[in-house]
Amino acid sequence: MEKQVILNSKHLELTLKRLSHELIESHNDFSDTVLVGLQPRGIYVVSQLKKQLEIILGKEIVCGNLDITFFRDDFRRREKPLIPSITNIDFSLENKKVVLVDDVLYTGRTIRAGLDALLTFGRPSKVELLVLIDRRFRRDLPIQADYIGKMVDSLISERVSVEWEEIEGEDKIVLYTKDSNE
Amino acid sequence: MNNLSVDHLTGIKDLSKEDIDLIFKTADSFKEVINRPIKKVPSLRDITIANIFFENSTRTKLSFELAEKRLSADILNFSASGSSVKKGETLIDTVNNILSMKVDMVIMRHPNPGAALFLSQKVNAKIINAGDGTHEHPTQALLDAYSIREKLGVVQGKKVVIVGDILHSRVALSNIYCLQKLGAEVMVCGPTTLIPKDMHLLNVKISHNLREALEWCDVANMLRIQSERQEISYFPSLREYSMQFGLNKEILNSLSKEIVVMHPGPINRGVEITSDVADSKQSIILNQVENGVAIRMAVIYLLAAKIDR
Repeated sequence: MEKQVILNSKHLELTLKRLSHELIESHNDFSDTVLVGLQPRGIYVVSQLKKQLEIILGKEIVCGNLDITFFRDDFRRREKPLIPSITNIDFSLENKKVVLVDDVLYTGRTIRAGLDALLTFGRPSKVELLVLIDRRFRRDLPIQADYIGKMVDSLISERVSVEWEEIEGEDKIVLYTKDSNE
Repeated sequence: MNNLSVDHLTGIKDLSKEDIDLIFKTADSFKEVINRPIKKVPSLRDITIANIFFENSTRTKLSFELAEKRLSADILNFSASGSSVKKGETLIDTVNNILSMKVDMVIMRHPNPGAALFLSQKVNAKIINAGDGTHEHPTQALLDAYSIREKLGVVQGKKVVIVGDILHSRVALSNIYCLQKLGAEVMVCGPTTLIPKDMHLLNVKISHNLREALEWCDVANMLRIQSERQEISYFPSLREYSMQFGLNKEILNSLSKEIVVMHPGPINRGVEITSDVADSKQSIILNQVENGVAIRMAVIYLLAAKIDR
């Protein structure tokens, strides 16, 4: 497996800072905006954004984690049942502006399930989508992000992995390519 | 390990500890779902489930039905009274007729021990046993153990006494299997006539003295006297049974520690448990009912994942 670093830890930090400022442009002081990270990997993006936003705004940002397992469209199309992660939204979404956050936008199916799952917590006034990586040209559904860390053109055989210091040991985004002889 | 080792849930005896842990982990997520403003997920929208009840039930039937609805499954309800069973149709014929309407899963309660296992060998659908005579009631045992885990943090190492009509109770047998697999110690307590003579083979403690049993335990699961299954008298009178084996506030308060009180329902207030105990803070009877929906959602979800497309 060949690998190519798309963003190293320094660039990733810059990207997160830029995304935080873009969010503030549209959401001012976040008084009626919440961030919701999609399990399992979007929650790390949320915790990074929360850190940045709290430094800039000097106030607490309301965040939640959302698991979409029961809303997926591939139940029984897999060998094994999908085992859920924790959902942690202890606030009402009624009339809130919600920024849905994930690490990689690929087919769009996860986001579709995420929107359905989100609406079981009430009727938000607006939902936006933020992703660190947009693998454009690979969409199965008509879904686009409002805030994008970086666009990546990739093949189906390639894999984009957003890695974090607390799990993988280093903050970076990597593109894995299968070797031609694999 | 994220798949059940069984294709049907006929009894706890067939489950491994890993299966039970998986069911509990999945139930944790469903418990969160059923406390959302919109308590429904679309996972099973292409699955049809038949609830076939050859015996009376309130809690179990409602709980299964609610679990199925929360998972968006389509439901058929069938009860033996008012059906062709009265005209002499056999169990397999009845079920096969229902299955030819393209049903994927059958939840069955039946008065004969082994009915669920028998059905699972004969028909092409996932079977969940909702109680087969005096044999097993697996989802009740799962929700009981889940409720103990919720209240006390763990099941491992806890001491649980099951009090009452052990002889006729499917809840007792399933509970013994389930609690032992999770590492709890189990005691049964009741009149000699209501404890099966081979009970010691299950590696449980036996007591005929309620106070002694309660002093030993962390959790007391009080069972109902199953008069409908008793063809002869097993004790002189209900009043005498109640005096010897009924749980009342006086005994509870005189114990050296606070214990958790459970009851699978339906309660005969004033017989096996007094009202003040059933409604006390130590009782987790209504938590058991809430957890029942989450546990049944988990079992149905995990078995539905095994249905061929």
